[in-house]
Amino acid sequence: MTLTPSIKREYIINLGRQGKRMDNREFHEFRNIKLETNVVKKAEGSARIHLGNTQVMVGIKMDVGEPYPDTPDSGVLTTAAELIPMASPDFEAGPPREEAIELARVVDRGVRESEVVDVEKLCIEPGEKVWILFIDIHILDYDGNLFDAASLATLAALYSTTVPAERFELGDDYPLPLREPPISCTSIKMDDIIIFDPSLDEELIADARLTVATDVNGDIRAMQKGLNGSYSKEEIQKIIKASVDNGRHLRELLKQTIGGK
Amino acid sequence: MSKEQRNVVLPSQELAPVGEKKAGRGTFVENGKIYSQHLGILNDRSGFLNVVPLTGRYSPVEGDFVIGVVIEAMASSWLVDINAPYPALLHVNEVPWTVDFGDTEKYLNHGDSVMAKVLQVDEAKKLNITLKDRNLYKIRNGNIIDVEPSKVPRIIGRKGSMISLIKQYTRARIFVGQNGRVWIDGDETGVAKVIQVIRLIEEESLSFGLTNKIEELLKNDTKDVQKK
Amino acid sequence: MKSDVELLTAEGKRLDGRSFDELRKVTIEAGVLHRADGSCYLEWGGNKVLAAVYGPREAIPRHTQNPLRAIVSARYNMAAFSVEDRKRPGPDRRSREISKVISDALERIVFTEEYPRASIDVNMEVLDAEAGTRCAALTAAGVALADAGIPMADIPVACASGKIGGKVVLDLGKEEDNFGDADLPVAIAPRTGEILLLQMDGHLTVDEFNQALDLAMKGCYTVSEIQKQALLHKYQDIAEEGT
Repeated sequence: MTLTPSIKREYIINLGRQGKRMDNREFHEFRNIKLETNVVKKAEGSARIHLGNTQVMVGIKMDVGEPYPDTPDSGVLTTAAELIPMASPDFEAGPPREEAIELARVVDRGVRESEVVDVEKLCIEPGEKVWILFIDIHILDYDGNLFDAASLATLAALYSTTVPAERFELGDDYPLPLREPPISCTSIKMDDIIIFDPSLDEELIADARLTVATDVNGDIRAMQKGLNGSYSKEEIQKIIKASVDNGRHLRELLKQTIGGK
Repeated sequence: MSKEQRNVVLPSQELAPVGEKKAGRGTFVENGKIYSQHLGILNDRSGFLNVVPLTGRYSPVEGDFVIGVVIEAMASSWLVDINAPYPALLHVNEVPWTVDFGDTEKYLNHGDSVMAKVLQVDEAKKLNITLKDRNLYKIRNGNIIDVEPSKVPRIIGRKGSMISLIKQYTRARIFVGQNGRVWIDGDETGVAKVIQVIRLIEEESLSFGLTNKIEELLKNDTKDVQKK
Repeated sequence: MKSDVELLTAEGKRLDGRSFDELRKVTIEAGVLHRADGSCYLEWGGNKVLAAVYGPREAIPRHTQNPLRAIVSARYNMAAFSVEDRKRPGPDRRSREISKVISDALERIVFTEEYPRASIDVNMEVLDAEAGTRCAALTAAGVALADAGIPMADIPVACASGKIGGKVVLDLGKEEDNFGDADLPVAIAPRTGEILLLQMDGHLTVDEFNQALDLAMKGCYTVSEIQKQALLHKYQDIAEEGT
């Protein structure tokens, strides 16, 4: 439905060949980020992010339930994403489309594989009762780069989460036990130009997209290539390096928001 | 130089009794009274009360110059998006080329942009546009940005004063479509400047002195086009 | 529905200290989203609602098109994290019913004949819930429609009243909604006082109903002023024109 005129695509790529972007950002530069936590009282943890004009809200809910049979001593983590119709004229109501599922699973992998949530500490009775953590990502306004917006908001929400032990008569409420966060960094490729934190205009003409989640040591925890273009090995290596660098800045921003950790 | 206090009205706001004034565009009449239909600006033209919406999609008017993006080439016509509630139809008879049946794709295809004119809006809101005018053509270069259709008059300025000012300093070629699409062509510094100024006009309230502010912005040798 | 929870103190004060005809705090902001044609963020007591409008735009799929007018398609949804016990994403029967009664209410005041074959899509998301979400959602939708420039005969507004401890009160809070005797959400077109939405569950005598309806409508008029202020606040700044 949203149609990008061909000349616009050419214009953006030509700008790119001269090292420029339509909003005057550097290729590796992220847009302005505003990150707030505790925006939903009913949730155990929550956050809202503005990444440029992209707006995402994440809520964390917790419940008590049975563990997975193969991990009887661990809490359960589950992530869902909704691309609700208000976020874009192209989003329709209905069951989650593949884009929503991909988004949820990529954010989930970053959280899970980085072990930022200490799931061992979420065990109540081994094999019987554990904490279940629901991460619900609500996309409110789509203006490019949902992956990073959702990821960052998810982390901020996690860091603001209080385990509702009192409600389940399991003692006093306490902050969710967490470790160092993974930071997701997304870039797109148009022709052979690679730019980070794509705006909507850039994302609409992208050939390929790569999301890299790195941890505090600069190690990789999750990756996802999207769209139907391709990358050379060298391009991927360059992207990884830039993602690690960007990861550091975003990690700082996250720490500032949650008040240091 | 006059400071005109604009009158913002809301839907359902009572404007005047039917005897005193006549009901113009954007209004409705009930029980002998004229009311506003929109969130908009009230104006009085020869006794007709009109409400010009402050927001909303483009409402096509016959004769408007618009920038369209082709959605689909069909057998003897094209379906064109002109940022209106409905797509517009461009018939092969309304283009300056001789197009054989089924050859439409050779001339205009999905993603191509055109400078067009609204030919007809019928009662069922079916839209037809034309390219048959010496100022109309298929756009080949430059960039297109979307702006709020309600902001178009401010971007153009009184008697084109704002747009002339921008052109003067940036040396860019600019065309503002009534449908909220702006075409810009020039060197990339100039084009970037134009976009920056237009976004400023869109965002800021047109407070007294905005024109000066824009003139300042245009005069400045901005360093924000970064080198790489 | 009755319980031992004391909803009214001996002095007749409500749990949160409000008097019987007092509304919770309502704040409204228009035009908060970038992509949507019109939008509104609203807080009502502990409720947080976001409403967005797209349209008029061609109705798709084609078989849903009405050749004579636009269809108003409203969708009410509660975010998974908006309630105490996490709600599974997706519309449940309650959400679908609320969506329908709100669509019906909105269709009455939109000048749909001006846009044949089109649809006006209204999306309401409850981000934080605390009783009275459908009234909050419809009220936000009204502002979002105006913000989108949709031609309307009025800006619809909703408010609920109910009965607790035998007394008719305005704008039920959470416990009052859970343990009270009746709940009456009402939406009106404030200019004419026409009732666009009316639902009731619980137990009311005819007299009590009349009292409750009056009270709810009074609440509607109060909130209607807040809606209008929100729109003027956003757009009146554009009202002054310089050279």
